[in-house]
Amino acid sequence: MLELKNISFEVRDEQGAGSREILKDVSLCLEDREFMVITGPNGSGKSTLAKIIMGIVKPTRGQIVFDGTDITEADVTERARMRIGYAFQQPVRFKGINVSDLLRLAAGHELSNDQACRYLSEVGLCAVDYINREINASLSGGELKRIEIATLLARGTRLSVFDEPEAGIDLWSFQNLTRIFEKMRNDHNSAAIIISHQERILRIADTIVMLADGRVVKQGSRQEVMPYLMAHAEPCEIGKNFCPDLQRLA
Amino acid sequence: MNSNAERILETVAGFRQLPEGAFNIRHNGKGVNLRNSPGISIIPRKDGKGITVKVKPGTVGEVMHIPVVIDQSGIIDLVYNDFFIGEDCDIEIMAGCGIHNDGLHLTQHDGIHTFHIGRNSRVRYVEKHYGSGGTAKKVLNPVTNLYLAEGAYMEMDTVQIEGVDTTKRVTNAKLLEKATLVVKEKLLTSGNQTATTDYEIDLDGCGAGVNLVSRSVAKGSSMQEFLSKINGNNECHGHSECDAIIMDNAVVTAIPVVRANHVDASLIHEAAIGKIAGEQITKLLTLGLTQEEAEAEIVNGFLR
Ligand SMILES: Nc1ncnc2c1ncn2[C@@H]1O[C@H](COP(=O)(O)OP(=O)(O)O)[C@@H](O)[C@H]1O
Ligand SMILES: [Mg+2]
Repeated sequence: MLELKNISFEVRDEQGAGSREILKDVSLCLEDREFMVITGPNGSGKSTLAKIIMGIVKPTRGQIVFDGTDITEADVTERARMRIGYAFQQPVRFKGINVSDLLRLAAGHELSNDQACRYLSEVGLCAVDYINREINASLSGGELKRIEIATLLARGTRLSVFDEPEAGIDLWSFQNLTRIFEKMRNDHNSAAIIISHQERILRIADTIVMLADGRVVKQGSRQEVMPYLMAHAEPCEIGKNFCPDLQRLA
Repeated sequence: MNSNAERILETVAGFRQLPEGAFNIRHNGKGVNLRNSPGISIIPRKDGKGITVKVKPGTVGEVMHIPVVIDQSGIIDLVYNDFFIGEDCDIEIMAGCGIHNDGLHLTQHDGIHTFHIGRNSRVRYVEKHYGSGGTAKKVLNPVTNLYLAEGAYMEMDTVQIEGVDTTKRVTNAKLLEKATLVVKEKLLTSGNQTATTDYEIDLDGCGAGVNLVSRSVAKGSSMQEFLSKINGNNECHGHSECDAIIMDNAVVTAIPVVRANHVDASLIHEAAIGKIAGEQITKLLTLGLTQEEAEAEIVNGFLR
């Protein structure tokens, strides 16, 4: 379904003199209905890769093929209309646009209150409390993250990219989150790329890709990669989070 | 009224059929239809230039409509409307002015509204401005004078979304003890339009408060100027906020003044002018909108 071929992304460094490669020759292949988790330390280039898939960032080298079509030059709107979706790591706030507006725009057509509420319930938000809330600074980070996920549900995407969806959902169970992912896979015959550090999310992956310093350092089925990750992992927060010691791996 | 006039009436007043309750409809510089209600009497001025409105103390739940429609090119209409609202009222006043100018001449409406709001009364005042038609100028210069007695509360919602070439809005207010004024202004200009809003608010009474929020979008080569002066003359709270989206070659100026004449006056001003945040557009692009659609959604939401 999705193929990234030798993707690199280079930026000029601050002084403007030299340049810095944020992604280095990344190649990935995602099959229909595949559930891929990308993990790696902060700054390893995960979000940049997600933005490259959505078309928000243009790679400086390489090629992107989606469903057999070269989309390297396609803009964000075109990719969205090919039903690629992206849930931002830091959801955007607006002034005056409310939750039901965003769900309607995501769906691409008018939504009944019932439909809109269903998406919100799926992400564990009590719909009546949120449907008319403005997507502004009055919403907490965790609420925004869930609304962001709900907009992807409303879109009915074929390929969904979730950037650290677990961030800020402390009160909401991981079970809910993983259930959403499994449901998406069944409902839409879609594939997903999830950027995550969470062991529980890694455990439902078909494939795992590990990035470090802009490079793919390990890639394969969960069965192959998981033991490798566990062997190199260090528990950071009383064993709750999964935190591979990637400096050592890189 | 012809179809243009009816369309404008619907845009600025929200009705085609006559509304319930008290109303006064002014068309091409003349009062054309009027109705009183149990609590509200409307007395046309002898010179034909406006109305005097008297609201009985204790009038609750009534809505009055006072729309102005001009569809004859060249009319320059100067109107004085005076409102005397008794104590303990709770009413809404829906004003609006629409100009359709298909002709060659400047068409202008200057409405001077003066409100005397009695003790502990609540008034919501809504004013919509709209222009349509050809290239001849459409001008609206409203002046609003507000006198709020002890414990009075007024909310003033003003909207100017389309088609007015030049507008200068002046609002003066004096608030006595524990009176509260809330102003919500929404403004969109495009092309070569110009808009100025100028507020001067005196917080005279102990515990008086004002919250003045202006949201505007300036497109094309339009120019906007936001002036506000809040004088804290007693123990009081004043807050003003001017939030503008600037696009194309527009020019936006915000000149806020807060002046504390009393040690217990607490006054805040916030002003932000900037283009639409790039990430907001990007987010909507990822939902399948085009650049233009994304901008339109953001602007519409902002001005809602
Ligand atoms: N446009 C850019 N210009 C310069 N540096 C960038 C740019 N985009 C990302 N970076 C840098 O690239 C690195 C990878 O960022 P990111 O993809 O956000 O990592 P991750 O999501 O894995 O934490 C970071 O050091 C970040 O500061
Ligand atoms: Mg990231």
